[in-house]
Amino acid sequence: MARYVLQRLLSAVVVLWGVTVLVFSMVHATPGDPVRVLLGDSARGATAEDLARLRSELGLDQPLLVQYKNFLAGLLQGDLGKSWRTNRPVAAEIAERLPYTLQLTVAALLVAVLIGLPAGVLAATRPYSSVDYALTGLALVGVSMPVFWLGLLLMMVFALTLGWFPASGSGTWRHLVLPALTVGAASTAFIARMTRAAMLEVLTEDYVRTARAKGLSEWAVVGKHALRNAAAPILTAIGLQFGGLMGGAVLTETVFAWPGLGRLVVNAILTRDLYMLQGSILFTAFLFIVVNLLVDIGYSLLNPKVRFA
Amino acid sequence: MSRLAVWRRFARHRLAVAGAALLILITLLVIAAPWIAPYDPAAQDWSQRLRPPSRAHPFGTDQFGRDVLSRVLYGGRISLLSGLLPVLIGGVAGTVLGLVAGFAGRWVDGFIMRVMDVLLALPSLFLALAVVGTLGPGWFNAVIAVSAVAVPAYARIVRSRVLALREEDFVEAARAMGAGPLRIMFRHVLPNALSPVLVQSTLSFGFSILSMAGLSFLGLGIQPPQTDWGDMLALSRQFLPGAYWLGLFPGLFIMLVVLAVNLMGDGLRDALDPRLQGRRQS
Repeated sequence: MARYVLQRLLSAVVVLWGVTVLVFSMVHATPGDPVRVLLGDSARGATAEDLARLRSELGLDQPLLVQYKNFLAGLLQGDLGKSWRTNRPVAAEIAERLPYTLQLTVAALLVAVLIGLPAGVLAATRPYSSVDYALTGLALVGVSMPVFWLGLLLMMVFALTLGWFPASGSGTWRHLVLPALTVGAASTAFIARMTRAAMLEVLTEDYVRTARAKGLSEWAVVGKHALRNAAAPILTAIGLQFGGLMGGAVLTETVFAWPGLGRLVVNAILTRDLYMLQGSILFTAFLFIVVNLLVDIGYSLLNPKVRFA
Repeated sequence: MSRLAVWRRFARHRLAVAGAALLILITLLVIAAPWIAPYDPAAQDWSQRLRPPSRAHPFGTDQFGRDVLSRVLYGGRISLLSGLLPVLIGGVAGTVLGLVAGFAGRWVDGFIMRVMDVLLALPSLFLALAVVGTLGPGWFNAVIAVSAVAVPAYARIVRSRVLALREEDFVEAARAMGAGPLRIMFRHVLPNALSPVLVQSTLSFGFSILSMAGLSFLGLGIQPPQTDWGDMLALSRQFLPGAYWLGLFPGLFIMLVVLAVNLMGDGLRDALDPRLQGRRQS
């Protein structure tokens, strides 16, 4: 087990290093002179000397390898550079936004599990019934809907028309309800489908028949015997949702004016704030790699076969 | 497995056939936009601003008095192309990379697959944002970005098929008969790796349409005066809840297309790989 964890950890570190190379090259592959991009409109009034001074201030006049070395050294100390727009450390800006995005993704995941899991179990225990078809149909619509459209529809009905929840902003739990439902919808559908498939498989197993034959209640059969054996693929499906939730959060944050990481990235692109973009993308990758690592390790604990594969 | 058998199995999958029909219908509608659209999608009529759906304007009009139905039809051309191009670009690039990795082996394989791991280390929309951030906003850059997201899945699928097929007798036989590596790659191995690639393409198409619409919604994709369904949704925001029709129809069309493709994908998977029947997993 320790060996497996070590192996996964090592490959995660290698991938993370690869991401630093990718993200570093992004800034340097960007069309045009980064210093001119940084100055924006004021670049027109700048003399060649001004540009050169700024370039050396930012270290952009050094060889690429030296720049990469400095970039990496900064990273190891948690230094992601300074935003070109606000002149504040990128890490500080991310730290400010992170709680909002985490709040949103965790709430969305909760929604997805609390609705998707029972829905999947329900559909699997009554396969090919009208309930199953209705749930499967709903799940298909759920994965096919653009997340921001769902957000707009929910906002229109529950915020602007009925007035039950605020249409935008953050602060109270009421602000969180609509964005969380929006972000969680696709994952709800996915988890429901995976749960149904996993449960259908185990419900035909002999030990389930035995449990039924013993005269156990349907609750005990489904909840204790079947669900527990279907847990590994279901938990993996849940773990795999994180990336999609992060992507959904970017779009949903825009719909509901939610001040999370997604807004930060989009604004960085629109204002050509390259260091901010670099830092926030890198941080997201870091988060994603760590979560996937934990999911993998968790899965190997549940399913010993993986470790020896 | 004969082509006919695959087709028969697909045809039996009623929902998949319905999905295919829906997709063909919407495709024909947007292709025929210049002939069937009731108005010029850019024509402004200030006397007809923000009118709800009516006989003259079945999908209503927008804040400039432009006909929403005509804009949905014309915008659909860009949206459907936005789904198709990344599948083609990403699919070809990923397939070639997978072929090369699988055949070359050793460090070439290691290098290509590690690069794919790095691409997969970002949540897909963030990878697209990173690429758009580097190249700058705009429709074509967004297409490149979403194509990049599509590549790793193809590369992994094709590589694993190559590794399995490489040892097969018919490949060995071809090699013994003097076929060169390129001939073996494209003549013998690739055709046998196409089924999973095709199924992946349906997934990829749905994802690309949604991502491209998302990028346009964020203002990073199509730029005015052109429009697509995602961009129309972005513009509809400020007129909610009064002018609900501005967002309703473009959103509905995105959903219908993605739904149609997902249904087709399910049917295709079952038809191409009967062993998976009834075990549909996303």
